[in-house]
Amino acid sequence: MPSLKELSKKEELISRGHRLCPGCGAGIIVRQVLLATDVPVVAGCATGCLEVATTIYPYTAWKIPWIHSAFENVAATISGVETAYRALKKKGKIDKDIRFIAFGGDGGTYDIGIQSLSGAIERGHRMLYICYDNEAYMNTGIQRSSASPMGCHTTTTPPGKAIPQGKSENRKDLTQIIAAHHIPYVAQACPAFHMDLIRKVQKALSVDGPSFINILSPCPRGWRYPANKTIEIAKLAVLTGFWPLYEVENGKYRITYKPRKRRPLREFLEAQGRFKHLLREENKQFLERLEREVEEREREIFAKAGEQI
Amino acid sequence: MARIEALTGDEVAAEAMRQINPDVVAAYPITPQTEIVQNFSQFVADGKVDTEMIRVESEHSAMSACVGAASAGARAMTATSANGLALMWEILYIAASYRLPIVMSVVNRALSGPINIHCDHSDSMGARDSGWIQIYSENCQEIYDNLIQAVKIGENKKLLLPVMVCFDGFIISHGTERVELLEDEVVRKFIGEFKPDYPLLDVDHPLTYGPLDLFDYYFEHKRQQIEAIDKAPDIIEQVGRDYGRISGRTYGLLEEFNLEKSDLVIIVTGSTAGTAKATILELKEQGIDVGILKIRVFRPFPYQQIKEALKGKVAVAVMDRSASFGALGGPIFTEVRSALYEEDKKPLVVNYIYGLGGRETTVEHIKKVAHDLLNIKKTGKVENLVNYLGVRE
Ligand SMILES: Cc1ncc(C[n+]2csc(CCOP(=O)(O)OP(=O)(O)O)c2C)c(N)n1
Ligand code: SF4
Ligand SMILES: [Mg+2]
Repeated sequence: MPSLKELSKKEELISRGHRLCPGCGAGIIVRQVLLATDVPVVAGCATGCLEVATTIYPYTAWKIPWIHSAFENVAATISGVETAYRALKKKGKIDKDIRFIAFGGDGGTYDIGIQSLSGAIERGHRMLYICYDNEAYMNTGIQRSSASPMGCHTTTTPPGKAIPQGKSENRKDLTQIIAAHHIPYVAQACPAFHMDLIRKVQKALSVDGPSFINILSPCPRGWRYPANKTIEIAKLAVLTGFWPLYEVENGKYRITYKPRKRRPLREFLEAQGRFKHLLREENKQFLERLEREVEEREREIFAKAGEQI
Repeated sequence: MARIEALTGDEVAAEAMRQINPDVVAAYPITPQTEIVQNFSQFVADGKVDTEMIRVESEHSAMSACVGAASAGARAMTATSANGLALMWEILYIAASYRLPIVMSVVNRALSGPINIHCDHSDSMGARDSGWIQIYSENCQEIYDNLIQAVKIGENKKLLLPVMVCFDGFIISHGTERVELLEDEVVRKFIGEFKPDYPLLDVDHPLTYGPLDLFDYYFEHKRQQIEAIDKAPDIIEQVGRDYGRISGRTYGLLEEFNLEKSDLVIIVTGSTAGTAKATILELKEQGIDVGILKIRVFRPFPYQQIKEALKGKVAVAVMDRSASFGALGGPIFTEVRSALYEEDKKPLVVNYIYGLGGRETTVEHIKKVAHDLLNIKKTGKVENLVNYLGVRE
C-alpha cells in the first residue's frame, strides 16, 4: 500500500477542467479510484452526471481508454470489452495486462442497470464495478432512486401536505444484493476515508473475477449543502452508521472502519437541506423511522462480521 | 471444393458463424432464432471455434456487449428475433453511430402483442432507421452467403457499419434445404482479418468512445453517418461480385426474375420471393407473364436501381410483410413509390400487406396479385391502393 505522499506524486488519470459541480463527490471518487491502479485500465461509464460532465465533445477528461454507451448497460458493455480482451489475448493480438472498471451512478446501478450488473457479475467477468451513490438521479434534476433514503426530499418525492416525509420507502441495500452473488470481492467505501477506499480498489482489482464497490458520493447540488462540506458530510455518514465501511472477501465480512463512538444520525441529516423537513417537530415519527432503519441495517452488517455496533 | 449439405436456416447461420470464427459472440435465445445460439454454443463447447461466447441475461445486454467488444477491437456477432430485437432497440442506434461493424442474424418474427412466434417483418422493418445495413435472404443458401458477405461489407473502412442479415422465421429458419458450403479456408481468406484503426484496447493511445455530443457537433456526426451508408450500395455490389468469384453465386442489391418479359412487376422480399417465382412459372404456362423484383438490400434503400428496373413498367405490386400503422401502406411500398416520384412516366403502384404473424402466403395469393396487375393494366386504374392478402375482413 503506497503512502499518501507517494500517491500524490502519481499521474492523475482524470484531468482537471471537467464540468462536475464544485465539491462533487463523483470527481473525488474517480481520482481516488484511478490513483489505486498500477496496470493499464479501461473504464466504462453509465449515463449520468459523471459521464455527461467529463466527456463533452470535443473534450474529454479521461486519460485512459473510456467508453459510454447507455444508461443501464455499463456492466454489459464492459463485459463485452473484457471478453474481447480475453479473445484477442488468446490469439496473441494483445500482450498487455489490462484491468476493467465500470462506473455507474445509483440510478444506473440500483435501478435501471441492476439486471445488466447482476448478469455480468454472475458470468464472472474480471471487472470492477464502482457505484458512485449520490442517492438520486442527479443528472436529470434530483429525482428519487431506490438508493434515496426514506425521508429525503427529491424532486419526485417532494414533501407536501399529504405526504410530509418526502420519500416514503426505505432505500434498497444494493451492496447486500451484490454480496448474494457470492463474487470474490464486495465492499462499501467513502471518499472521506481515502486510504480505506484505495486499499479496497487495489484488493478488488487483484481478484481474478468480478468485484463491486459501492461508494457514497455526496452531491452538494442534490443534498443541498455548501460545496466545501463534501468530505465532512461523507465522514458523518460513516460516523453516524448511515454508511458502514465494510468488505466481503470470498464471503467473509469485515468491518474496515469502526467508529469509536456512534454519533447521532441527526448530525448527518442536519448538515443537508434535503432532510430539513424531517427535522421538524411534526415529522418526528418519520425521523425516528429513519433512525431505526439505519441502525437495524448497520447492526445486521456488523453481526455478519461478528461485531456489535 | 464446395460441400453440399441439407441444413435448416438456423443451422446454416450457425455454420456460417463457425467459419467466420468471430472473436466474440454475445447472444440470448428466442424462438425462432434459438437454434443458432444452441448450435454455436456446441461449436464453442467442442472447441471448433476460437470465439469467446457471452451467454448474456438479455438481448439488451447482448447488443451492449457486442458494442463493448467491437469497440475494443474484436469481431463481434449476435442473433435475435422480434421481442429480442425490440429490446436491443436503444443499442442498435448506438452500434451504428459508433460505426461498429457488428453482424447479426435477425430471424424475422412478428412483434408482440399479442405474442406470436411466427414470421413477419415487423421486427426488422421497425429497425429500418437505426443505421444498420439490412440484407434479406430468400432461402438457406442466401442466409449462408449473406452472412459471409455481411462481415466484409460492414468492415469495409468506407462504411464501418453494422449489418443485419434477415430471414423468415420458421419458413426458412426451420426448413431444411440443400446448401453449398465453402471450405473454411476460403471463407476466412475472403473475410480477412478485422483490423480496426481505433480499438479501445489500445491503451497507449487512449480514446473516449461515446461522449456527450450536443447541438454543436451531433448534426455533423449524423451527416457523416448518412454519407457512410450512402456509400454502401457500391460496396455491397462489389462484395457481391467478389463473392461470386469464390462461390459462383453473384449478388446485387436487387434480383430480377422474368422482369424483362413483362411490364407487370411484383416487388417482394424474403422467402415469399420463392413462392412468387414458382407462381410466375406456373402463370407463364398459361400465357401470363409477370416479372419479379426481389429486394435483397432494404437499407440502404436501392432507390436508384429500383427506378432503373421499373423503367417502362405499367403496373407494380409491392408486397409488405409488415404494417406501418397509420402510414399510407407498408414500408417497402412507401419507399418504392417515393423512388418513382421524379419519373415522368411512372407505373401504377399498388400495395399488398400479407403474411402477418405467420399467416400463410400461397401460390393462390400471388396469382390473385398477378391477376389484379392484369386488371390494373387493362383499366389503367388502381382500385385500392393498399390491400390485405389472406386476411378475414
Ligand atoms: C433508458 C434511459 N432512461 C432515462 C434516461 C435519462 N437519464 C439520464 S441520466 C439519468 C439519471 C442518472 O442517475 P444516476 O445513475 O444516479 O447518476 P447521477 O446523475 O446521479 O450521477 C436519467 C434518468 C436515459 N438516459 N436512458
Ligand atoms: S449534481 Fe451532484 S452529482 Fe451531479 S455533478 Fe453536481 S454535485 Fe456532482
Ligand atoms: Mg445518482
